[in-house]
Amino acid sequence: MKTSYSFDEQFEFKGRAKTWSLIMIAVGLIGIAYGFLSGAGERTFANLLLMGYYFTCVCICGIFFCAVQYVAQAGWSVSILRIPQAFAKVLPIAAVVLLVIICSGLFITHTGLNEEGKQTVLPYLYKQWALNGVATKGSENYNAVIAGKSGFLNVPFFLTRIVLYLGCYSLLGWLLVKYSNNEDELGGMFNYKKSFKVSVLFLVIFGFTIPLFAFDSIMSLEAHWFSTMFGWYNFAALWVSGMAAITLTLILLRQNGYIQWVTVDHLHNMGQLMFGFSVFWTYLWFGQFLLTWYANLPEEAAYFYRRWEPEFKPWFWLNIVINFATPLLVLMSRDSKRMVKVLKVACIILILGHWLDYWQMIMPGTVGPLSHWYTEIGIIEAAVFVGFAGMFMFFMLNALSKFKSLAPKRHPLLEESLHHHI
Amino acid sequence: MSSTKYILGLFADPDEMMDGIDKLQKNSIPIYDVYTPMPIHGIEAKLGMKDSRLGWAAFMFGCLGGTTIFSMAYYMLVHDWPMNIGGKPAFAIPDFVPFTFEWTVLFTAFGMTITFFYATHLFPGRAPRVMDFRATDDRFVIAIDAKTNTSHEDITNLLKEAGAVEVKHNDRKYVSYE
Repeated sequence: MKTSYSFDEQFEFKGRAKTWSLIMIAVGLIGIAYGFLSGAGERTFANLLLMGYYFTCVCICGIFFCAVQYVAQAGWSVSILRIPQAFAKVLPIAAVVLLVIICSGLFITHTGLNEEGKQTVLPYLYKQWALNGVATKGSENYNAVIAGKSGFLNVPFFLTRIVLYLGCYSLLGWLLVKYSNNEDELGGMFNYKKSFKVSVLFLVIFGFTIPLFAFDSIMSLEAHWFSTMFGWYNFAALWVSGMAAITLTLILLRQNGYIQWVTVDHLHNMGQLMFGFSVFWTYLWFGQFLLTWYANLPEEAAYFYRRWEPEFKPWFWLNIVINFATPLLVLMSRDSKRMVKVLKVACIILILGHWLDYWQMIMPGTVGPLSHWYTEIGIIEAAVFVGFAGMFMFFMLNALSKFKSLAPKRHPLLEESLHHHI
Repeated sequence: MSSTKYILGLFADPDEMMDGIDKLQKNSIPIYDVYTPMPIHGIEAKLGMKDSRLGWAAFMFGCLGGTTIFSMAYYMLVHDWPMNIGGKPAFAIPDFVPFTFEWTVLFTAFGMTITFFYATHLFPGRAPRVMDFRATDDRFVIAIDAKTNTSHEDITNLLKEAGAVEVKHNDRKYVSYE
């Protein structure tokens, strides 16, 4: 086994990867323009929120992955840490993008029907609780249930919370990357110990706030409904989709001649984690579904009722098939996790699958049913997805190219990772 | 004809033992088995061991568990004595998921343990078979079936060369806790 590598090789962001990511961004911009010009403003905004949230979650997952490895003092993952670190470096950009989307969604208005069916002025996003006068008695938009929640669900506090979550995550992610870069320069245990402390802090903050982040940005779209499972359900989606993105990046970099020290054993571990957490995701999905189904309380069942409409039902079931059955059948056996091609396909399926997962969390409560089930996903959805995927590729690869080496070369556990064998 | 059944090479260092395996293989001496106090990475591939079939056993036990409870619950709740619980249909599939899952896990766990005990002769109350006590402590042991054509002296020399701290010529296969 070869165990000495030159870690000083830098990633060069040029050529096809750069061209394609820019083309993808252009496709996204055209899609967004098409969405607004064709009068589907609310649908475009819902898609922007979806992808802004997805983009942010994948970047947060990079920090979470690093933090988990540091806190567990895991050795196997050291040689791949630069990829999640590159994800972490993109988080500030993703956070700004998400904030811009949320702010424009809140402050740009259009006329539409409120919950009473009356014509009124609505914001594009969070129309259930962010419309004017929803908490003012006597206003035609007054809604007693939402008014009762307005202490938490009001625009200033909402924005403060989002800024706080994303600010905290970005800051701690930035620190983790900084310590790792310092470690490359200086060596020794000093930076490793600091990374450990920052990771612990991150995990505590993350654990308490990530469900709230999901409650705020996604669950509040349907502000009448609530589920305490929703936060962890979203966390599972974040972890699986982020891990799929990390693994796909690893595989593609490896195919292009970089990071040759990443062996099939590292990929096997990533496959195991994706498999395991797909089952965890299903567990949470089912936990939320079973309790709602069993109790059958109108205010809870409304959520699933909306997803049970003929326009959404095929997608609702497809979500389970893609995100549970596919990893279960494809990734269960040891051999398939060790076949890079199979793993690559599984990653792509999971990335698309969790897009569908987020999609069916957002669309029924915002855009609502359109004419047919197959017109629910169209050009706007595809274009916005492609655009954000391109943007993620562009910024992530750009961040990766700024690292002076593609592995934390003085990490105390690096040797263990190079000899990783399962 | 000597009465030696097995030749054991005892190593103090895993790297030297791996070297010993190489030497024996180069001289086409078949290795009966290797016993180590801790897992050694890459040793299965080196010895050409087949992948463990424990995973298949686990899968079969899981299927068995899932089927058992599903049929039981179906018989009891749907066929034999259907009850109206909260207005739900008697055959309410979501309800069937948790216990099917639990029994699948339960049967898998117990089944794997039992299979493992069976395959390794580790049932409680049974004297474990070991070829050398110190293989469970601080020695890395290569065992060679002495009935090969190679002379015992050559094997001994090879093992010594590779760094064996002790070479034993045993007349019995196992030393048990008696």
